[in-house]
Amino acid sequence: MDFNLNDEQKMMRQVAAEIADEQLAPKAEEMEENREIPGELLAFLAEQGYFGMFLPERYGGAELDFATYALTIEEFSRGSPAVALVVSVQNALVGKPILTYGTEGQKEKYLARVASGELLGAFSITEEDAGSDAANVQTTAAKKDGGYVLNGRKLYVTNAGFAGLFLVVASTDPAAGGKGLSCFLVERDAPGFTVGERFDGMGMRALDVRRLEFKNCEVPADALLGAEGEGLKIALASLDGSRIGVGAQAVGIGQQAFNEAKKYAGEREQFGRPILSFQAIQFYLVEMATRLEAARFLTLRAATLADAGEPFSAEAAMAKLYASEAANFCANLGVQIHGGYGYMKDYVVERFFRDARVTEIYEGTSEVQKLVIAGKLLKG
Amino acid sequence: MLDYIEYEDFRAEVKAKVDEIVAPHAAAIDADDHIPDEVMKAIGEVGWFGALAPAEYGGLGWDTVRYAIMVEEVSRASGSAGVMLAVQGSLVTYPLQKYGTEEQIKEYMPKFASGEVMGSFGLTEPGAGSDAGNTKTTAVLDGDEWVINGQKCFITNTKRDWPVVCFATVRTDPDKSKGVYGVSSIIVPVDAPGFNYGRKENKMGLRGSDTSEIFFEDCRVPQKNLLGEVNEGFKIFMVALDAGRISIGAMALGLGQGAFDLAVKHAENRVQFGKPIGTKQAIQWKIAEMATKVRAARFLVYSAAALKDAGLPYTKEAAMAKYYASQVGREAAYDAIQVHGALGYDKSYPLERIYRDVKLDEIGEGTSEIQKIVISRNILQLKKKK
Repeated sequence: MDFNLNDEQKMMRQVAAEIADEQLAPKAEEMEENREIPGELLAFLAEQGYFGMFLPERYGGAELDFATYALTIEEFSRGSPAVALVVSVQNALVGKPILTYGTEGQKEKYLARVASGELLGAFSITEEDAGSDAANVQTTAAKKDGGYVLNGRKLYVTNAGFAGLFLVVASTDPAAGGKGLSCFLVERDAPGFTVGERFDGMGMRALDVRRLEFKNCEVPADALLGAEGEGLKIALASLDGSRIGVGAQAVGIGQQAFNEAKKYAGEREQFGRPILSFQAIQFYLVEMATRLEAARFLTLRAATLADAGEPFSAEAAMAKLYASEAANFCANLGVQIHGGYGYMKDYVVERFFRDARVTEIYEGTSEVQKLVIAGKLLKG
Repeated sequence: MLDYIEYEDFRAEVKAKVDEIVAPHAAAIDADDHIPDEVMKAIGEVGWFGALAPAEYGGLGWDTVRYAIMVEEVSRASGSAGVMLAVQGSLVTYPLQKYGTEEQIKEYMPKFASGEVMGSFGLTEPGAGSDAGNTKTTAVLDGDEWVINGQKCFITNTKRDWPVVCFATVRTDPDKSKGVYGVSSIIVPVDAPGFNYGRKENKMGLRGSDTSEIFFEDCRVPQKNLLGEVNEGFKIFMVALDAGRISIGAMALGLGQGAFDLAVKHAENRVQFGKPIGTKQAIQWKIAEMATKVRAARFLVYSAAALKDAGLPYTKEAAMAKYYASQVGREAAYDAIQVHGALGYDKSYPLERIYRDVKLDEIGEGTSEIQKIVISRNILQLKKKK
């Protein structure tokens, strides 16, 4: 296994790092405070091709690999984890599944607009009683007049505030449980579809996460993505990919906490010398760096497997599991090294401490990652 | 002292009162960055501001174990209210009783005990955090007045809409090489000329408890406001901080207990895969680990308090209590969020507040790193180089 990046990957990483430092980091605090990612910033990212990373050139996509996606999300997360997640969702949970499972007609209809950022998307499976138990989706999609009628409620839908297109998992055969789930492409203006209340989270407050409600929401037959009964498969496969993104995001959060802590420790003097000269602080930073290196390797390993067309769901779950723990470890010590200043909103580590926490929860909790890994590892 | 069972009736009384007067306001205290007058008044009426103050000065005269249990129970509902009582007790009324003149005690103690005045403890400066010997704020005698100049930061209990008195640590010996042995403690009321608040800090948590910068600009107070002797400031703040470590430990314990209680309820009630999630071993083990750590933290906190009450040395034990309980508190809040999933991250639910609040306990009144220095210095007998 070789993590020597090729020239394109190196260049893309460099470009993403510059965007993070110059465009995202300076605006991050304001975005969190206003709970909004400015339209100009989204337009800039769209123009730079970040909303069609996996998509072929003929749709205006950049046709990049998972490794480049991971490197990009990691770098963006150093600047703004919220912005990085918007990019990750659009690529891994919207563009990728449509490209993989869509009909020619669906691809023609949506992908160029997804790649250009004209159409931002959201992915929705979670419900009140279908959290970790994702197969327990109660939203139904009944056949009617050659189309489907959706009824039910969803929650924790990232990007829902501004998304124009929603990938929605609903049951076409309630008696069949998880095997009766199907995936639908629902446009924002579909009749009977309402985007509801916004989630008020501890961190990543710039994210627009909302509830959805479907009340006799009629969609045409060609809104079905893949075949009936394939919904859970599509969701789980898409989440495998997006977990590489969350792993990378967690690495970026941890890395920036490390960067800030190292800088502060070099500048802050107590007892007549920089606190960086104390062994306890050095060892904190060493433990942070070691975990980050391991987390980055796990993430790139999963990405490399995905790029080689090999199975990678256990590796993606390991990456997300480990990296999200590492992010919280680093964010905690990042605050600790800053002392009282780290508890104040004027310092970036305060925000990363709150942001990091959700990486162990969304797109499958750590416990779900362990279920995925156990399922692959202990089979037979 | 088997399992502190003799305190359980006492705890039940305090808990019932907390549920009545503090808990219903806890979310608003955090959201509004303010403890309402109604809550201040109710706490004043039950006397908790003066828990450690003697009865003759309007206090409750409790021992430290009872005081710690009260801080724990208040913090279980609201970290902001808990830290206020931690400071008022350990850092203000306790050193006042120990080092104050009769005149000082008579003047200030009843006001602290009733909550009419909030006490704050002005030690930290921008350049003197863990390194308190680097105190730069000065006080010089001019006739029969102290003239104070300098800046303090991160000062808790500087409640902006309330009368405040600050116990300020100031350099009284101009010879800087004296370090901590050249500082004194002076009682400075907020209305003293030259006492100016800087900004109110915008904190991650404990948002109902005001934390401020203080600027002393030729601030004048009477000579008699000196607490203890000249250049005795180090001894006074060490004594206060030893006691303070018990109350910050108690606060972290309460926050951890609060998080644990929520996790237990959720594990019993949240159904996934057709069964309560508490039927899963992963959740059972998290609950078991949290319960064990919280119980161990409780013993460390109460044991340090009991040593103090018995008049025995407790510096090392108080540092252990604070270091361990604050870590356990944070870990319990962290794990409780995990048990809840996204609900734990939701601001409409109390857990994320507990997680933000408890992080301060690993930092304030001596970071965990300082606690480890205190503990190891009390253990290792290192030979000095000849």
